[in-house]
Amino acid sequence: MSPTITTSSEANGNVSAATARAAARAAGATAQNTAKTGPQSITLAKALNTALADAMHADESVLVFGEDVGMLGGVFRITDGLTRTFGTTRCFDTPLAESGIVGMAVGMAMNGMRPVIEMQFDAFAYPAFEQIVSHVAKMHNRTKGTVKLPIVIRVPYAGDIGGVEHHCDSSEAYYAHTAGLKVFTPATVADGYRMLREAIDSDDPVMFMEPKKLYWSKDQVDLDALRAEHAANTENGTSSEGRAAVARPGTDATLIAYGPSVPTALAAAAAAAEEGRSLEVIDVRSIVPFDDETVCASVRKTGRAVVIAEAHGFASVASEIVARVQERCFHHLAAPIRRVTGFDVPYPAPKLEHYYLPGVDRILDAVDDLQWED
Amino acid sequence: MTISADHTAQQPATVEAPRIPAEDTPPAENAAGEAVRKFGITVEDYMLPARHPIQIVGPDGALNAHTEQGAQPGHEYSLPGDAELMAAYEQLVVGRRVNDQNSALVRQGRMAVYPSSHGQEACQVAAALCLSDGDWMFPTYRDSVAVMARGVDPVQTMTLFRGDWHGGYDPAKHKVGIQCTPLTTQLLHAVGVAHAAKLRGEDTVVLAMCGDGATSEGDFHEALNFAAVFHLPVVFFVQNNQYAISVPLAHKAVGYGMAGERVDGNDIVALLAVLGRAVKLAREGSGPLLVEAHTYRMQAHTNADDATRYRQDSEVAEWVAKDPLTRMNTYLTDRGLLDDDGAARIAEKAETVATQLREGLGEEVPVDPQELFQYVFATPTPQLKEQSALLADELARDTASATTSEEASR
Repeated sequence: MSPTITTSSEANGNVSAATARAAARAAGATAQNTAKTGPQSITLAKALNTALADAMHADESVLVFGEDVGMLGGVFRITDGLTRTFGTTRCFDTPLAESGIVGMAVGMAMNGMRPVIEMQFDAFAYPAFEQIVSHVAKMHNRTKGTVKLPIVIRVPYAGDIGGVEHHCDSSEAYYAHTAGLKVFTPATVADGYRMLREAIDSDDPVMFMEPKKLYWSKDQVDLDALRAEHAANTENGTSSEGRAAVARPGTDATLIAYGPSVPTALAAAAAAAEEGRSLEVIDVRSIVPFDDETVCASVRKTGRAVVIAEAHGFASVASEIVARVQERCFHHLAAPIRRVTGFDVPYPAPKLEHYYLPGVDRILDAVDDLQWED
Repeated sequence: MTISADHTAQQPATVEAPRIPAEDTPPAENAAGEAVRKFGITVEDYMLPARHPIQIVGPDGALNAHTEQGAQPGHEYSLPGDAELMAAYEQLVVGRRVNDQNSALVRQGRMAVYPSSHGQEACQVAAALCLSDGDWMFPTYRDSVAVMARGVDPVQTMTLFRGDWHGGYDPAKHKVGIQCTPLTTQLLHAVGVAHAAKLRGEDTVVLAMCGDGATSEGDFHEALNFAAVFHLPVVFFVQNNQYAISVPLAHKAVGYGMAGERVDGNDIVALLAVLGRAVKLAREGSGPLLVEAHTYRMQAHTNADDATRYRQDSEVAEWVAKDPLTRMNTYLTDRGLLDDDGAARIAEKAETVATQLREGLGEEVPVDPQELFQYVFATPTPQLKEQSALLADELARDTASATTSEEASR
């Protein structure tokens, strides 16, 4: 990426010259730090952090704020270094009040900014529910498109980290059920970068659900290649927004998963391969909009499907996926679609969570149940 | 950058010296410290409202003696100019006519609902007139008259209540937020608009409106806290119309480190003076302020409410005597500013707006069912495109079958 400041956004307004100078200097510093090119082993946390920094370099109207996101860098360090690089006007701490954070972001977006805000944990976002549902989701519709709210609400979500109560909820269904919100959830390091840039670029509000158990997962990623891809997509109007991905090709059955469940599905597919069964894994990536095309193409090919999600199964995103696939692929199905989800219980205490979480064995049991004998 | 957004975090070396020194001292103390120097009073006297609500013209329309206006040292107010008062009176008369016209339109079934601000018109008008063009207003559902006084087309303003869409005007164009139904949520939007403006070094002031009931909601407190912490140019304007609580609200401001003032909400002269000063102070960098206006909702909450179940006629009668219009009419007439010709001209203006509303709201506005899908997202989802096609197909078949049965009956 060429670390120069552009003022392309019409929402940009005239961010003060001092801020611009600070950012320009910081951009130069970052360019030196990240001079190394080619694939590197980096974490999802680093990919997200890099996406934030790059987006802030590219557009001065991008602001980052939330609880402890300033000098601390956020409890998961996703905003690490941003205050140092961009100053306290562009990355700053707020009072501990989630409704206040989201409500203030609404006003800032109405007045030309692109706020990227952090809800410290999934369940901590509930006090902001009214602002999210009644305003973030509805403002564009209510004003017939005259007010756009390009807000990204980052939510570290889901469990499997030994967290205490209120720190491990899978809250995606609440947002997916709300008309007017886009809901993204990356499962790979590269998608962390790619999808966060796309979320920030989006003129629609995006609930950006980050699987917190994957923050420290590493992958070989070429950040410069991702930057080039983003630049090319911006120029050509192409992007991966709203598209699912085939995470592992296969022929016998399809595992449909998203966010924290994707690695579990991949592990299940690897285990099944040893037993001679070829499972295709679809990474949903974007819950809203949902990519019916990619998901259904896979199920039509394999004729069998299992949907995997950490959230409770009742009235869930997994239920919605089953219904959609069943409606579209009925004549291709050799067996009813199965769900492997969390139980319909409050998220368990750390010593019990492994009973709750969809694991490889439970997934393989569901696969075994797909009427192979017929 | 003119003022530091976050006083505790490190300042980048390139940032110019903030106008308000903010490295170690909380901004509220700075603001108060500045006020102490500016007005020569104690911090407490600056932060706390004057002992009595500010009232410049009494219910009988007579100018109060200066010593009886409620002002104290540091809380002094000057009388607005004659032209400003005449403009305000005209808006008062228009506002009253709009309130009563709309209530009639609801009774005739031409509007779904209308939360009237009958009796509160002085607050409505002053809220609009105290702002400059670049300023923003964040109104509630009861603040239609304020929205109109800010220059929004009357029929567009009433779209929400007519029922063909949830909003009828462009908030960005008019710098007026949507009329907010969920209580107090709009105060945080006001804080955000002010924050964005401040980061860009603009001198925008934002007026954030709510009622007394809303001050119990969590978002009220979060908005005051955020505005104080980030030292933002927001004037919180609470119309205490008596129907939710009765404790003095303006005193709550001091808890957030902001100055508060109480004002007679039926005295437009005092309202213009108090809100005008608050806006000026906010623009000069005082941080947020809170103004509480004592007024009265003369009519029921909406047409769906029955106020006789919870209040006595005698109480309403008391407030009739304090009516903001009659008071101002008397005052301006006695001053020789308003004569029969002037009054007739203003009445005619009000009637023109009422006619505009009758005609605009009486018109059968065709609704477009495809608009259901058009504005949910800036970039529509494939699912909404499918649903839009489904509805279009349903409607096409309805039309076709209507045509067929018409032909058959011929």
